[in-house]
Amino acid sequence: MSNTDKTSIKSKTASIIRATDLPKPTRKTHKGLNISEDQLLELYKSMYLQRRFEERSMQMYQKGKFGGFLHLYIGQEAVSTGSDFALNEDDDFITAYRDHGHGLVKGITPNEAMAELFGKKDGCSKGKGGSMHYFKTEKHFWGGHAIVGAHLPLAAGIAFANKYKENDRVTICFFGDGAIDQGSLNESFNLAQLWKLPVIYVVENNGYSMGTAVQRHSAGNLADRAVPYGMKYDVVNGMDLFSVIDKVSEAAEQVRRTKEPYFLEVVTYRYRGHSMSDPANYRTKEELDEYKKIDPIERLKTYILDRDIATEKDLDAINEEVEETVLEAVEFADKSDFPDDEDLFRDVYADDDFPYLT
Amino acid sequence: MAQKQFREVIREALREEMERDETVFVMGEEVAEYNGAYKATQGLLDQFGDKRVLDTPISELGFAGLGVGAAMNGLRPIVEFMTFNFALVGVDQILNNAAKIRQMSGGQIKIPIVFRGPNGSAGQLGATHSTAFEAFYAHFPGLITIHPSDPYDAKGLLKAAIRDDNPVIFLESEQMYGMKQEVPDEEYLLPIGEAKVKREGADVTIVADGKLFHVAKQATEQLVKDGVDVELIDPRTIKPFDIKTVIKSVKKTNRCVVVNESHPFGGVAAEVGFQIQRDAFDYLDAPVLRVTTPDVPAPFSKKLFDLWLPGPKQVIDAVNTVTYRN
Repeated sequence: MSNTDKTSIKSKTASIIRATDLPKPTRKTHKGLNISEDQLLELYKSMYLQRRFEERSMQMYQKGKFGGFLHLYIGQEAVSTGSDFALNEDDDFITAYRDHGHGLVKGITPNEAMAELFGKKDGCSKGKGGSMHYFKTEKHFWGGHAIVGAHLPLAAGIAFANKYKENDRVTICFFGDGAIDQGSLNESFNLAQLWKLPVIYVVENNGYSMGTAVQRHSAGNLADRAVPYGMKYDVVNGMDLFSVIDKVSEAAEQVRRTKEPYFLEVVTYRYRGHSMSDPANYRTKEELDEYKKIDPIERLKTYILDRDIATEKDLDAINEEVEETVLEAVEFADKSDFPDDEDLFRDVYADDDFPYLT
Repeated sequence: MAQKQFREVIREALREEMERDETVFVMGEEVAEYNGAYKATQGLLDQFGDKRVLDTPISELGFAGLGVGAAMNGLRPIVEFMTFNFALVGVDQILNNAAKIRQMSGGQIKIPIVFRGPNGSAGQLGATHSTAFEAFYAHFPGLITIHPSDPYDAKGLLKAAIRDDNPVIFLESEQMYGMKQEVPDEEYLLPIGEAKVKREGADVTIVADGKLFHVAKQATEQLVKDGVDVELIDPRTIKPFDIKTVIKSVKKTNRCVVVNESHPFGGVAAEVGFQIQRDAFDYLDAPVLRVTTPDVPAPFSKKLFDLWLPGPKQVIDAVNTVTYRN
C-alpha cells in the first residue's frame, strides 16, 4: 500500500495504487453480510442509477443545458452505495464537491438532483448550490462542499452535536485524496479523537488530486494519517461493494459503541477526468482499463448472475427502469422554472426582511 | 442598577443564555479551566461543566469549523477567539461555511453561531495583533457584525446575538474589558441593527463605533466646550448598518465625520461616507471626512503607534474642517 515508492513514478504513468494491487476484497457473501436478495438488486439499481444519472448529466452539460463545474463520480459508486447500506437512515452524510452519488443514495431524488444541475428552483438546493453544493438535510445529507478539506471540521461539529444531544447517530465524512494534505484534516482528526466524536472519516483515494498523482502530492501512506492521533483506521477495496459494506459496518459499530472516530482509506478510481474540462492526460489508458476490468457495477452483476439471484433479463429490466427514471429527471429539470428574481435576496439571512445594502 | 465591567456583562450574558437554553455552549482557547484569557468566561466551567464549556487546542480552523457544524446540527455555539487576529487561520470556516451554507442549501440550514472576542489594536502588540476587522466581516453577506462600545450595549446585544438564527461576529476590545457602567440587574435585550444617538447636537454629526467611540466622545467633550454642538452616533451594529439614523442626523447638522478603527480603503467609514453623499447630498455643507487608522499595518514603537491610532485631536481637526473653523 506504500505511496512512498518514488521509483515507480514515471512521467506519464505515475503509478497510483494499481487495480491489480488493491486491498483484497472481502470473501464474505451477501448472506454473510446480511444482505437479502431483494436488497442486492436494490444495491445494483442504486449504483446503476448513479452512473446513468451522471452519464446523462454529462450529455446535458455538453448540450449546453447548464454551466458551471461538473465533477463525475463514475467508477466510485461502490463507496457511496456501500456506505449508505452499512449505516442507518438517520446517520449523517457530508462530502466534497463530487457529491452526486452520495446525494442520490441519501435520498435526493433524481428529479431534484438534475434540476439542481440545471439551476432550477425545484433543485435540491433551489438552484442556488449547483453540482458541487447538493443539500438535503431532512435526509441527513449535509452537502456538497467545494473548498477542499473545509468540510472536515463541519463533520466533527455535526458529530459533536449528536454526542451533545446524546442520540446514537454516526456522521460519515467523505473527501478525496487531495484533502489529505490540508491542515483542516489534521485539526479535525485531532479534535475528533481528543473529544471522542462519533465520526467516520473516509478518504476516497482515487489516485489523483485533480491531475496530481497521489505519490506526487502526499508523503507517506494516507491511512497512516490516523496514527499520530491514536485513531482507529483501516484500508478498504473501494471497487468492491461488499468490502465497503463490510468495513463501514464494522467502523460504524465501533464508532457507535465507543463514540470514538474512525478513519477509512477507501481505494477507488474515477473513470472520467477531474471535471468536464479535464482530458486526463496525466494517466494512461492501460491504467484506466485495468480499473474498468474490476468495475464495481459489473462485479456485482456477475455475482448476481453467477448465483442465479436474478437473470440477465431481470437486470436488463432494472436498467431500463433506471434509464427511464433518468430521462424523466432530465425532462423534469428542463421543464422546471428558474428561480424568481426575488429569490436572489432570499435564503441568505434567517430574516425575510433583512435590510440588504443597495 | 450596579456598576459593572464590560467583562462582567459578557459573562452575565453568556450565563443567562446558557441557563435559558441547553443548546448554548461555549468553546475557545483557555475559556474553561483558565477562566478565559480576559476572564470573560470566569466561573462558567464550574457552573455548567465541561460538556458546555470547552477548552480547545490552539486550532482556530478546527474549532471554528466544528462550531459551524454543531450549529448546522441544532446547537447554538459561542466560539471565543482569544483575539480576532487569531481567527485569520480559520477564517475560511467563517466566510465560506458559516456565511454561505444557508444560501447554498437554499435556506435548508440555519447557523446560529456567535464568534466573539477582542478586535483591533490593544497597545504596542505589533502588526499581527492589531487589526480591526469591522469592515472585513461586514463585507460578507450572510454574517451579522456587532461592535458595541460600552457594557450596557454589549450585554443586550450579545444576548440578542446568541438568540439570533444568523451567524454573528461580536467584536470586543481588550482595552474595554475593565470599563464600568451602570447596568440593570433585570434582563434586557437590545435590537441588532439599531444605532443610538448618544449625544444630541445641531452643528455636526460624528459617527463612531467600538473603542474609537470613546476617542470621539473625548473629542466631543472638548468640541462642546469650544462651542460646537456635536451629535454623536454609535452605530453599535456594523451590519446591518442603521444608515437611517445617520442620514436623519446629517439632514439636521449638514456635516459629518466618521470615525472607525479599520483601515481607510473599503472601510466602514468609506461605506458610510458613500451612503451619506448618495442619500443626503443636497443637505451637505462640507465633504464628509473620516478618521481611521492609516493605510499601513500597526507599528510597534510607541511613538509610531500613537501616530497610527487615531486620537481625539484628529477627530477635532476633522470636525473643525467640516465646520470651516480651521
